[in-house]
Amino acid sequence: MATDRWSIVRKAIEAAVDGADGSAIESVCGAAVALLSLKGAGVCLMVDGELRGSVGGPDRGIALLNELQLTLGEGPSLDAWRLGGAVLEPDLAAPALARWPVFSVAGVRSGVRAVFALPLHLGAIAIGVLVLYRERPGALSADELAYGLVLAEVAAQLILALQAVAEPDTLHALLSEQPAHWAEIHQATGIVSLQLTVALDEAFVRLRAHAFASGRPLREIARDVVDRRLHLDG
Amino acid sequence: MTREERIVATFVELADAIVDDFDVVEFLHHLAERCVELLDCSEAGLLLADAAGALRVMASSSERADALDLLRAQAEEGPGFECHRRGTPVLSEDLLADHARWPAFTSVAVERGFRSVHAVPMRVRGEAAGALNLFRVVTGRIDERDLPLAQGMADLAAIALLQERAACESRHVVQQLQDALNSRVIIEQAKGILSERAHIGVDDAFARLRAYARRHNRRLGDIARDLVAGRLDASSVDASTSSTGRPRN
Repeated sequence: MATDRWSIVRKAIEAAVDGADGSAIESVCGAAVALLSLKGAGVCLMVDGELRGSVGGPDRGIALLNELQLTLGEGPSLDAWRLGGAVLEPDLAAPALARWPVFSVAGVRSGVRAVFALPLHLGAIAIGVLVLYRERPGALSADELAYGLVLAEVAAQLILALQAVAEPDTLHALLSEQPAHWAEIHQATGIVSLQLTVALDEAFVRLRAHAFASGRPLREIARDVVDRRLHLDG
Repeated sequence: MTREERIVATFVELADAIVDDFDVVEFLHHLAERCVELLDCSEAGLLLADAAGALRVMASSSERADALDLLRAQAEEGPGFECHRRGTPVLSEDLLADHARWPAFTSVAVERGFRSVHAVPMRVRGEAAGALNLFRVVTGRIDERDLPLAQGMADLAAIALLQERAACESRHVVQQLQDALNSRVIIEQAKGILSERAHIGVDDAFARLRAYARRHNRRLGDIARDLVAGRLDASSVDASTSSTGRPRN
């Protein structure tokens, strides 16, 4: 069993070393799903604690986890980046720590029960987080966590290797996928900053607050702002 | 502690210090100090080849002018210089006797009370990177059994340099990655700002930003950054796409 597992990790590492293979990050996430008995895995790219991209292939659950954290400003990926260490929540429905109250409820309602976030360290900073989830509760075993940490390391090195060969001032094509509505959220932030005459980070907080207060997803609020159906008043 | 234990402890200590964000200059100074403690010499120093191949003083066991002078005097001759060129250890058992070989260096060294030198090469990925110099105030040679230790210290210095280069390269790429990720966000924010200011859709706003960047021969990301930071007024981007097509200012 241990040999089988190691061969999966080795394949992911080999894919990472080959680099040119466009599906390398997906392979790492696929390896994580297979090795750690997960429902899904993905990598989010982060700068200064903010979600900035999502790579590793399409996955409904990962998209949801990103969306929730972007909307709520709380959750395991954000904590993993901030704390610089693994954040493990084996049961969102009965958490040992009462962190992310809103995120947890929304996650469970959408079928995510266990979530694990492992930071991608490169030197002193984390460039993102490897996010893993299950639809049933259950902690990672020590072995599983160890494999997860190795895969997070592989993903970090892979991202570095990809970006190292990117055109200057651009994201490598394989790192540039992002959820479609994220662009709208940033556009709406720009619009709201003018409407309310506030700084961009403040405008983003206002958008987020509006989404929260109205019980609607941030992407819908953003779409309404961009389409001029919604005007945030000071 | 026996001498052997001290050697092991030193290697463990030095290897431990080579981590992600270590200061390579501080590390090499520290390594030079340890050379003086473990090897039969009174000063130790590292010469490193720069990008142009010239030898520069990288670190020494003390900041004493003597030690630094000994290193600087080897820019064009001397045991360290020759060691680096040949890639093999170079020994001078008696600097007075080697005066004809390295006139300038031996004068400086003898004047400061040094009588013998042992230089071992530093290699990085098979290429000569510099030399570790061990300076002694007595004539003669370092104990034969200490030679592998001296080379080991030089190798450790080379590993530290390699690690520093890799870390430096990686920091650079990480910075690029983060800048590119931020740029993408800032361009979207700029589209929003311009669309609100000019009462146009975000797609039109993007077209204007891109046209403005092209006309002014600047990068889209930089234009967006200026707009978002308030260094560039939305109206000037807007105005420059008036029917004349001529940019104002």
